[in-house]
Amino acid sequence: MGKRNMFSLLSLAAVMLALPLGLGNSYYLNVLVFVGIYSLITIGLSLFMGYAGQISLGQAAFFGLGAYTSGVLSAKFGVSPWLALPAAIFVTAGIAFLIGAPALKLKGHYLAMATLAFGHIVYIVFNQASFFTGGPSGFGQIPRFRLGNFVLRSDIHYYYFVWGLVIAALLISLNIIHSRVGRALRSIHEGELAANIMGVNTAKYKIQIFVLSAVYASVAGSLYAHFITFLNPTPFGFHFSIVLVTMVVVGGMASVWGALTGAALLTLLSEYLRVFHDYDILIYGSILVLIVIFLPQGLFPAILGLLKKTKS
Amino acid sequence: MSLGDQLLQYLFTGITIGTIYGMVALGFNIIYSSTGIINLAQGEFVMLGGMTMVYLTTIIRLPMVIGFFLSILIVTAIGAAFERAAIHPLRSPSVITLIIITVAASILFKGGAMFAWGKYTFILPPFSGEEPLNILGATILPQTLWILGIMGATVAFLILFFGFTITGKAMRACAVNRTAASLVGINVKTMVLLSFALSAGIGATAGIIITPIALMNYDRGTMLAVKGFSVAVLGGLGSNVGAILAGFIIGIMESLGAGFVSSGYKDAIALVVLLLVLFVRPSGLLGSRERAEFKKF
Repeated sequence: MGKRNMFSLLSLAAVMLALPLGLGNSYYLNVLVFVGIYSLITIGLSLFMGYAGQISLGQAAFFGLGAYTSGVLSAKFGVSPWLALPAAIFVTAGIAFLIGAPALKLKGHYLAMATLAFGHIVYIVFNQASFFTGGPSGFGQIPRFRLGNFVLRSDIHYYYFVWGLVIAALLISLNIIHSRVGRALRSIHEGELAANIMGVNTAKYKIQIFVLSAVYASVAGSLYAHFITFLNPTPFGFHFSIVLVTMVVVGGMASVWGALTGAALLTLLSEYLRVFHDYDILIYGSILVLIVIFLPQGLFPAILGLLKKTKS
Repeated sequence: MSLGDQLLQYLFTGITIGTIYGMVALGFNIIYSSTGIINLAQGEFVMLGGMTMVYLTTIIRLPMVIGFFLSILIVTAIGAAFERAAIHPLRSPSVITLIIITVAASILFKGGAMFAWGKYTFILPPFSGEEPLNILGATILPQTLWILGIMGATVAFLILFFGFTITGKAMRACAVNRTAASLVGINVKTMVLLSFALSAGIGATAGIIITPIALMNYDRGTMLAVKGFSVAVLGGLGSNVGAILAGFIIGIMESLGAGFVSSGYKDAIALVVLLLVLFVRPSGLLGSRERAEFKKF
């Protein structure tokens, strides 16, 4: 994965390790837990969008499937969260494979609409299958993760838990990007037909990366469910799928670091936009339009370019 | 009510709602044919049409007829402005860029409507009378006749426009081959602008005529867009006859599903149809398979 990425990853780990020492306030820790959870999803989405050149307008559905599977299993069937999390991964990956196998034959707009339709269907099921999900009003009393008698309750413990997983996800992703699979994915982005002719099994790689992105979202969902301990369908709708795409596009699609930047920026931004209540959607929309027109590569590469310029 | 009466009632409801989906699908087709873009903000034009009409006729109290045409005009202008502001400046955009920009536009329209009119659901009085008509044991609202009539007028207008005016023919030429069209002196960029304006106008019309039956609020656009797209794909993207036909099919399926199966899952029907068509036959009922493959997407 290259010395530079290793260095960046170690720096990130060091910063995240030290950050709580500088933040006396648990409010910021709480926000950072969410940055971590959302980063997990956007890292997966950026592999799918930025590297493989595909699009998903239904990624919130996988986040929701992870959260609901984990939540329902542990709250209603008494399954330990440590088992519910892998079970949720299993369920979400299975569904992602079933939907991805036919959907990924589609391209561009068709793929976008297929993933959008899938996301809506899942959202409708969350609302309607009230026997399990409690319908629109949701359900609570989801147990937390615990180690022996120690419950992961406080923000600081959960912060380290979540960010440990984010670092692990980054490590896996960077290894994939700098492997044969990563090169194959980029070749799909550049030209699928050409890649096929060179003997790259593009269909296989596309579905693998789609399922992987769903797995990341599912883990994020489980982390969310056992942290908030209450679930209703609202956070898993079309709106959040768009927010996720915005995060990836704003940060810069072509890099997992961009995904991290986007998740951090937009989560922090949304905290400051609380005063606007529902009108924050206007600001998201404007950001998306401006970035696509003026900075199509995203913020992260733009900042990197600026740094290089000032150096020379 | 006997089962037969019930069936007939669902049929009428399905045809009414299907007409609207068909008109949204027409809007998708017009832009897709001349630009290859799927405008994901299409549903917002419908919402804006309905909301503007409510504002003009019940708040400013303009007469129905003036409100009707003025609303269409305003939304048409919004469609044109959207093309100039967001689509025109993009230089050789990728498909992902186009998807993101139209999604962003749809968010902005939705947010703008929420800003202007709040989160309330608005009603609009029907165009003529509320006395339901009785046909073969099923009741039918006079507004349904208006909806069918106005859709007929819209389709007739489109046939005349694309078949007999020089501008309409120029737009069709762009749909067949943009380079060739520009070589014979057609200003392709103007045609793109026109297609957005026309499509917005048709969407607005659909929004105005459905509001007396289905009410309207700022949040309706996304679902209408998804269902309109399902209809466009089922009919075969680019096929206008297919769009109308598929509109009826999905409208009727939805109303039967809501009546006999579950009203909670009603909205999922069009989505499941969309997925099935995309997976099995992406060229739809009446689209040519060759053309579907020929297009970039």
